[in-house]
Amino acid sequence: MTNVIEASGLVKRYKDVTALAGLDLEVPEGTVLGLLGPNGAGKTTAVSILSTLLEPDEGQAIVAGKDVRKDPKGVRRLIGLSGQYAAVDEHLTGFENLDMIGRLYHLGKTRSRERARELLEIFDLTEAGDRPVKTYSGGMRRRLDLAGAIVAEPPVLFLDEPSSGLDPRSRVDLWEVIRDLVTEGATLLLTTQYLEEADQLADDIVVIDHGHEIAHGSSDQLKTQVGGERIEVTVSELNHVDTAHEILTTFAVGEIRIDHHSRGLTAPIAGGASTLTQALRDLDARGVVVQDVGLRRPTLDDVFLSLTGHVAEEEAAAGNGGRRANRPEELEEASR
Amino acid sequence: MSQLMTALGDGAVVAKRNVIKIKRVPEILVFVLLSPIMFVLLFAFVFGGAIDVAGGSYREFLIAGILAQTVVFGATFTGAGLADDMQKGIIDRFRSLPMSRSAVLVGRTSSDIIYNALSITIMSLTGLLVGWAIRTSFWEAAAGFGLLLLFAYSISWIMAYIGLLVPSVEVINNASFMVIFPLTFVANTFVPLETMPSALQTFAEWNPVSAVTQAARELFGNIPPGTPEPTVWSLQNPILYTLIWVVIFIAIFAPLSIRQYKRAARR
Ligand SMILES: Nc1ncnc2c1ncn2[C@@H]1O[C@H](COP(=O)(O)OP(=O)(O)OP(=O)(O)O)[C@@H](O)[C@H]1O
Ligand SMILES: [Mg+2]
Repeated sequence: MTNVIEASGLVKRYKDVTALAGLDLEVPEGTVLGLLGPNGAGKTTAVSILSTLLEPDEGQAIVAGKDVRKDPKGVRRLIGLSGQYAAVDEHLTGFENLDMIGRLYHLGKTRSRERARELLEIFDLTEAGDRPVKTYSGGMRRRLDLAGAIVAEPPVLFLDEPSSGLDPRSRVDLWEVIRDLVTEGATLLLTTQYLEEADQLADDIVVIDHGHEIAHGSSDQLKTQVGGERIEVTVSELNHVDTAHEILTTFAVGEIRIDHHSRGLTAPIAGGASTLTQALRDLDARGVVVQDVGLRRPTLDDVFLSLTGHVAEEEAAAGNGGRRANRPEELEEASR
Repeated sequence: MSQLMTALGDGAVVAKRNVIKIKRVPEILVFVLLSPIMFVLLFAFVFGGAIDVAGGSYREFLIAGILAQTVVFGATFTGAGLADDMQKGIIDRFRSLPMSRSAVLVGRTSSDIIYNALSITIMSLTGLLVGWAIRTSFWEAAAGFGLLLLFAYSISWIMAYIGLLVPSVEVINNASFMVIFPLTFVANTFVPLETMPSALQTFAEWNPVSAVTQAARELFGNIPPGTPEPTVWSLQNPILYTLIWVVIFIAIFAPLSIRQYKRAARR
């Protein structure tokens, strides 16, 4: 499969901030790359460079076969962009906004109008379509902005935090639209703070911080890197905590965390449900009354926290950008 | 489609968008139309009695000056509009589209002519009511109005550059006061040049705003017979001198603005 987006060694510096410090990205045709990172990690900067809004100081990027530096106009013909903040004209109606974008993609008068109506329908804005955007709610503006990105049905899409400001239902609807676009062959780079979104949509995830890649893989791979599954037990009597600890030690594959205050124990294990069943039997046999129990797998939130949390600590210790955690053993260390 | 046609077509799409805004925000229009009326009345009645114009009436002298000042101020709209689009990320949206790089600026500067044309119309009507008169032919008067608009158009390009350079509506408004007040007051707009101290007088004589005012007065026939010939070349040939400045402003600031547009990302 060919890479539709391919960037290597992207560097962007502002006065005293290095927004991107040598970022590489590859997105194969028809797939979704999720770009994750805390505030200020460089996500918007990366999207701006790939969508030709910003020139990188170093590095190069090819989008849909065109070089963003040498042929920005060629790139623009083939991309759709929805920036982090909805960029819609307040004084125009929803229809006029989309129609204008269609005209500027040179779709022609008839096609632009037809497409504008189609998109209003898709994004559930038909009723509000002929009202000035300043009467729209934040979520409606956001949807209109997204519609703007796909006016010309571009083969490559950049969505910078597309679901910020959307309610859960609109978010799920948006995911549907995005999935449809990808099914039809679009290639997508998406940044997001909602890890569930990356989990749902992205084939591949790149986690960045301070302009560096700090982890890369599918959602499952990242979760495995952070650590395996855990048993979480809450006992009903405080004096059962020690017994429970003793029993769980026989199953644990790592350090057990105890919270006396909530009478909770967390033990990393291997073996999933059967280990859990065995542990419960043993607890029961020793007369430990279990109030609550669960088998927990790391979520992408855990991944994110452990990765970026670790970086912050390392930085505090080293006092500079330092080296980033990017190997599994370092990640495991981070999760403890 | 050739490149020029694309540029013009894109410019028209952007201009149309700005015109829709004029319709949707009538408040702007109210100020655009009311402030010239206020200006004419203030100057005509407050200064009218204090300032003598040899051989003519102050009100007749005044109108061309107010027209010049107003269209120059009107150019601020260009800068403010672009700064606003920049802040709202709309420029970023445009920049991600495969449209002509000059279209946003061409569309904006062109559509802003409409504001100026409207305020010129209202001002002229108010002027006629308080005693202004056009004493020349229709074509000469039309040339006078045309020259004022053209001059304003060239100032629009300066403001466009500032609007992209410092994308903040507040800064634009303050900056334009800083620049436009001296430019439009240290000129023959409101008082005859002879009344000024000599250093200011020299500045005023070569000030393009004086030239466009002088040109408009000539074209409207508002220079009373018997007025001594101006002593400097700029005011002896005000139309030519104005046109030279128009060319200079556009030649410098159109390319600068387009370059700034290409690299301007929202801060
Ligand atoms: N125009 C600018 N001038 C100076 N610094 C900038 C500019 N734009 C971005 N930065 C800095 O570059 C870094 C990366 O910014 P960027 O907007 O790419 O982050 P982000 O990952 O998109 O963050 P967020 O999640 O908050 O949107 C930040 O430290 C930011 O302060
Ligand atoms: Mg961002």
